[in-house]
Amino acid sequence: MNFDIFFQQVPDGDGAWWQMLASGLQWTLLVALFAWIMAFALGSLVGVARTTEKRWLIRAGNAYVELFRNIPLIVQFFLWYFVVPDVIPAVKAWVITLDPTRHQFFTAVVCLGFFTSARIAEQVRSGIQSLARGQRNAGYAIGLTQTQTYRYVLLPMAYRIIIPPLTSELMNLIKNTAVAYSIGLTELFFRTREMGEMTFRYFEAFAAATVIYVLIALAANRVMAWIERRVAVPGMIAGAH
Amino acid sequence: MGDLDFDVIGRALPYLAHGMQYTVQLTVVAFAGGVVFGTLLALARLSSFKPLALAAAGYVNLMRSIPLLLVIFWFYFLAPVLLQSLTGAERPPQIGAERSAYITFILFEAAYFCEIMRAGIQSIAKGQAAAGFALGLDYWQVMRRIVLPQAFRNMLPVLLTQAIVLFQDVSLVSLLNVTDFVGAAVKIAQRDSRVIEMYLFVAVVYFLLCFALSSGARRLQLRLAIVR
Amino acid sequence: MIEIRNISKWYGSFRVLTDCSTSVAKGEVVVVCGPSGSGKSTLIKCVNGLETFQQGEVVVSGVSVGAKGTDLPKLRARIGMVFQNFELFPHLSVMENLTLAQVRVLGRTVEEATAKGAALLERVGLAAQAPKFPGQLSGGQQQRVAIARALAMDPIAMLFDEPTSALDPEMINEVLDVMVDLAKDGMTMMVVTHEMGFARKVAHRVLFMDKGEIVEDAPKEDFFGRPRSERAQQFLSKILHH
Repeated sequence: MNFDIFFQQVPDGDGAWWQMLASGLQWTLLVALFAWIMAFALGSLVGVARTTEKRWLIRAGNAYVELFRNIPLIVQFFLWYFVVPDVIPAVKAWVITLDPTRHQFFTAVVCLGFFTSARIAEQVRSGIQSLARGQRNAGYAIGLTQTQTYRYVLLPMAYRIIIPPLTSELMNLIKNTAVAYSIGLTELFFRTREMGEMTFRYFEAFAAATVIYVLIALAANRVMAWIERRVAVPGMIAGAH
Repeated sequence: MGDLDFDVIGRALPYLAHGMQYTVQLTVVAFAGGVVFGTLLALARLSSFKPLALAAAGYVNLMRSIPLLLVIFWFYFLAPVLLQSLTGAERPPQIGAERSAYITFILFEAAYFCEIMRAGIQSIAKGQAAAGFALGLDYWQVMRRIVLPQAFRNMLPVLLTQAIVLFQDVSLVSLLNVTDFVGAAVKIAQRDSRVIEMYLFVAVVYFLLCFALSSGARRLQLRLAIVR
Repeated sequence: MIEIRNISKWYGSFRVLTDCSTSVAKGEVVVVCGPSGSGKSTLIKCVNGLETFQQGEVVVSGVSVGAKGTDLPKLRARIGMVFQNFELFPHLSVMENLTLAQVRVLGRTVEEATAKGAALLERVGLAAQAPKFPGQLSGGQQQRVAIARALAMDPIAMLFDEPTSALDPEMINEVLDVMVDLAKDGMTMMVVTHEMGFARKVAHRVLFMDKGEIVEDAPKEDFFGRPRSERAQQFLSKILHH
């Protein structure tokens, strides 16, 4: 393995190969961050909807989750990138005002946001349903409304319980950003491939990407573990509820 | 929006079916190979021989922290080089993306099946293995005859769910120009300039198949829960 | 105060309550007993609308519980309830458990709520536990906190759903003592329990339920002296002689 390659200039580009990878990493992290925020908000809403007593809300929530879980991610990327602008004129009108990179970035965020939200919705639902049925009743019995019961009683415990599965969803999301390569977003995997193809140093390029992805996964893991410790409830064994 | 022409699907059906055949084949082979290799990995992870347990854990954690797409490309470029050094051939053999994908998916999925089987094995009460040993069975007999059958049965719904994920993940090989179901659709879409029709069709087919399969897995889970 | 008139409830085709009627007057303590599965928990949960019913009417302090348009949260805020499994909120400290609804439902300031909470913890003998979390308390302590949580809302009546049946035997009395004090202070109480000692000490009336029906509804003296129904006699002999 020869590290010099990372310091060689990119042909007709500005900067060395390591800078290309770094800029790819930046896109990867940006997409993951915005998609996570979107997925967490949407996933929480849909997950809560599926635990209410309203039958149509449960049905709609279930349909939402099934829709995003049963179509391969790459096909979802194609749908958002090619099909949606073509079918909805307003989206098309907006998309053509964007530069291609912006368009790819927004598509990646929206696509991964919806995809991940369905998975988070599933976790939120099972988290709430794993709580003792009496907790909801106790909230109602002291006069809290349904919204207040979710806000102050059910969700604070449910989120604590599902931190471990949420950690794997976060790591999945980060890994899934690589699929944005399929619509040409210059994220980390795109840059890795590009470096391999232009320099024929596939081994170095892939090894670098592997190390970077492992490091991000470790970092995400540490952050979630830190959060889990921060919000741990004294006197409760994790997962024992 | 333009004029949609869904007839293109009818004309391309044989080609698409061919792609689907590859997708199903790869899924089945990777599932079978992944379960076998994954179970061995699980036994290794649970081994009391520390170096073996550590090596298995390292492999599983590495595979689980990098994108599948990266693994697919790793094996595509590395498999020929590895085979060359193994066989001592003069030039790297041309195995092609279609075949390297089999190796990729078996090795990659094994990491996920390992974790499922590990949970399955740990869900079996310790007394079961103890009872086996007390009857004079050896380690492999206890695993093969007592622990693994129960673990496999308990984990069947989870294994099926993972199989559905695998079925969807296979579509990533289309990025290596392989003619799986998605790959076939992409090629037709570009040749006939019928992107919208083809991608909608692909999405609907996947949805119907995966929805049917996951409903089946859920029913199975309920059945098993009642039996237990 | 509490009027239960001819209520019936089905789960699908299974009838869990059959034409149940009774009432609890202001300051009265009514004990509800009966074998498990007799519908007593379901009945008491109908009083604050945690369970719905298909027929009949429940009126609490002039408000019909099952009627459309009834502000259930507002009604529930005035009726305290204590559960079999305590149901303290595990992620909130003892004091936060007591102040949550005072602040969010009654609109009290945090200071007022905390002062009220501290006084009630003092009353149930747990003043020192205020900053702890439910998981750090014994079962008996948790149930006393749960009683204090309900009292913090200044309820007009208290419902107890088997408050001692999830407790270890040595902790039952500390909870019963708090309940006896409450009864002696004139609190209106409806108590589902098997603790016949408690019933003898403070109950005014005893209800006996079996298979979803109220089989016996009698003053305490009559119930323990000469229960009319055979089912109640059998139940009493089982429960008193074990």
